[in-house]
Amino acid sequence: MKYWASIAALFVLALTVALAPTNDYFFYAAFVVLQFVVLATAWNILGGYAGYVNFGAGAFFAIGAYTATVLFKWLGAPLAVQIAAGAAVSGLLGFGTGLLTLRLRGIFFAIATVAVTFVLETLMINWRYVGGATGLQLVRPAVMPPFESYTRMLFVVMAILALVSVCVARYVQDSWIGRGLRAIRDSEEAAECSGVPTLKLKLFACTVSGALMGAAGAPMPMYLAFIEPASSFSLNYSVSALAMPMIGGTAHWAGPVIGALLLASIQQIVTVTISSEINVLIIGVLLVLFVVAAPDGVLGLFRRWLRSSK
Amino acid sequence: MIFSFDLLTEALLFGVLLGCFYAAVSIGLSVSFGLLDVPNVAHPALMVLGSYCTFLLAERGLDPILAGVALMPVFFVLGVLIYRFYYESFEKRGTEAGVRGLAFFFGVAFIVEIGLILFFGVDQRSVAAAYIGSSWSLGDYRIPYRMLVAFGVALVLTFGLTVYLSKTFTGRAIKAVAQDEPALRLMGANPVRIKQWAFGIATAVSALAGAMLIIVSPVEPAMDRLYIGRTFCVVVLAGLGSMTGTLAAGLILGIAESIVLMFLGASWAPAVAFGLLLIVLGVRPQGLFGR
Amino acid sequence: MAALLEISGVSKHFGGFTALADVSLAIAEGERFGLIGPNGSGKTTLINCVSGSLRNESGSIIFNGEEVSRLPAYMRTRRGIARSFQIPRPFYSMSVLENLLVPTAYVAHLKDADAEAQALDILRRIGLAEKARAPANRLSQVELRKLELARAMAARPKLLISDETMAGLSGAEVDEMLGILFKLNEAGITIIMIEHIMQAVMRFSQRVVCLDAGRIICEGTPAAVVQNADVQKAYLGA
Repeated sequence: MKYWASIAALFVLALTVALAPTNDYFFYAAFVVLQFVVLATAWNILGGYAGYVNFGAGAFFAIGAYTATVLFKWLGAPLAVQIAAGAAVSGLLGFGTGLLTLRLRGIFFAIATVAVTFVLETLMINWRYVGGATGLQLVRPAVMPPFESYTRMLFVVMAILALVSVCVARYVQDSWIGRGLRAIRDSEEAAECSGVPTLKLKLFACTVSGALMGAAGAPMPMYLAFIEPASSFSLNYSVSALAMPMIGGTAHWAGPVIGALLLASIQQIVTVTISSEINVLIIGVLLVLFVVAAPDGVLGLFRRWLRSSK
Repeated sequence: MIFSFDLLTEALLFGVLLGCFYAAVSIGLSVSFGLLDVPNVAHPALMVLGSYCTFLLAERGLDPILAGVALMPVFFVLGVLIYRFYYESFEKRGTEAGVRGLAFFFGVAFIVEIGLILFFGVDQRSVAAAYIGSSWSLGDYRIPYRMLVAFGVALVLTFGLTVYLSKTFTGRAIKAVAQDEPALRLMGANPVRIKQWAFGIATAVSALAGAMLIIVSPVEPAMDRLYIGRTFCVVVLAGLGSMTGTLAAGLILGIAESIVLMFLGASWAPAVAFGLLLIVLGVRPQGLFGR
Repeated sequence: MAALLEISGVSKHFGGFTALADVSLAIAEGERFGLIGPNGSGKTTLINCVSGSLRNESGSIIFNGEEVSRLPAYMRTRRGIARSFQIPRPFYSMSVLENLLVPTAYVAHLKDADAEAQALDILRRIGLAEKARAPANRLSQVELRKLELARAMAARPKLLISDETMAGLSGAEVDEMLGILFKLNEAGITIIMIEHIMQAVMRFSQRVVCLDAGRIICEGTPAAVVQNADVQKAYLGA
């Protein structure tokens, strides 16, 4: 009960902040941070729970964005439809990639995700309908009351997506599906011999993960009023989606949230004050440090501290 | 886009040279991933690092190929250190390490790429030498000398490594460790030492591959991502652990890319390696000559 | 007694290496069956083919009247084939109890209280009840072996394959394990035992088969097989 009360409270908080006379810059930054919460949470469903590393979160994210763009340009579709479609297409992409490679060892799935990123980026660069390499400008529709600006509305939308993705992650984690995924991660062969339909579960996790990443990407074209391959398929999304859960802690749904809030906030500060390359370098260094020295992430360190202080 | 046999032959010719180059560039990965099972996705990044080091040495007047050779011992040590670190942090701890080991190498690749951007900027760098810029006229075709040089070095490298692995004691020990580590332990050899040595060799080879890379074309820091596709495509298509397979797979990729480049243009060529990789993974994941 | 498991003409190759060559045998329901052979003779490969971890290239495997050689491993487990692993493969991130909750959920389809009750009952029978909440990565060797068996038992098998469960255990520990296996057999479970510890095989099995280089070289009562000249040659070398 406490959990659902918190979820409701957070939603109300997001709405309140969006309707209050808060500084506009806050919404630009918060949108990005929440986007990473969704990406990190989505990544963890396959990466943390099942142990299959996705190096290509950027592809799933970008396909969500491009699906939204196509629907908007072709049909003038509303945002909700764009997001649903983005999720559906990216989910399908996850299913397809999984079907192709989840029968093989983990590293082949990881390499396949890199391949998918490259191939899709090349396709988008050569597709003139969505602007090709130079990109496409988009005109936002008029903002609906009670929101003052489109960005404020997008902030609330992303907040809802973040809450939804956390709920999905929590459900998967606590259910028998989660137990099966953990068994797969610990010892896939033993899991099979214990009756776990490993391929089906992996495909499920991969599809859900992809769908959520697509949902995170779908509002992007409206946020920027612009879309282009280079920034949509940016390596930053792929690395962050991986680094944030690994740093926050992969065993529990709170880990990616912590990792995303921490790192995305650092990113926002560093990009503004120093440079975007240093910012990305910091993520990489932190990833290596945590992977080597603190494999259970911030959550794990916190738990250990709790236990030792008793 | 006119389809003519002349163009096709030129594409094939170029493809063969390119293919041998790709084989040479992938052979280090054939050893570290194919034989040793180390998920070394940082291999292309280290190669690009080798390219930039070659660039620095070439600026001081050293011939690029000699620079590449000179870098080999340095990169050997680097490889040993990286493997040692990887072993102590991950391999020793068992199966859970799979995800973390992968994330580790991904992080390393990433740090190398960003480090290069910070140090050298995003612009392309290239080197100059007597054989770069001019071509050899063979009938109606012009073959750039630098491609021939890369081709030559590639053959020497591939041949040398294959001979090393089958004829020398340490070479065969490396192959043995790949097939049956417990048996090797029982014979008194230390598998960790052998793997360390092998990884060092693989990295040293990457240094020379990096020199070839910058000879063949200008380099930029983000190239490692493109080469993840090319090297893994070659290694997987070859079949893990097969050295001769690497040459065959390299040729297939080189010719495929060359034909796409000739008839569809440069914007499609990078996707060939990744597309081919996806096809191989889906249709025949053990590759052509898989173990 | 009807044949519970019928293996006919099963072969398996790894590249150029023949691991199994035309292996055929039948195991009756309720039987205690021993599988012996020197290292590398194909014992584990054979049970990998039976359990589904590997696919046999030719031949058929009929379990309980159904051809299973094309089924994925998890389906075979659900039909009643369970196995333990030679090198224990526990789910390290889980507790002992949680390890058993995987097969109870996926094979027996039990939930919550029922599942826990079943799991605890198995742990009691096998002697691991006090370690139920302990993390699997803190167990001793013999406890890990017991966990392997417990997890296989939680899958409610008709056929249980025990792969070198007793390797490296002391005499008393071997007796304890044998006791557990005998009790399981009395409850109706057919058991295939792969072991190098001859006294365990002799005491336990009603029938024994010896493999060498992928082929069956002898089949019969434990006493007969152990005294067979070919078997002795296989173990001691030419």
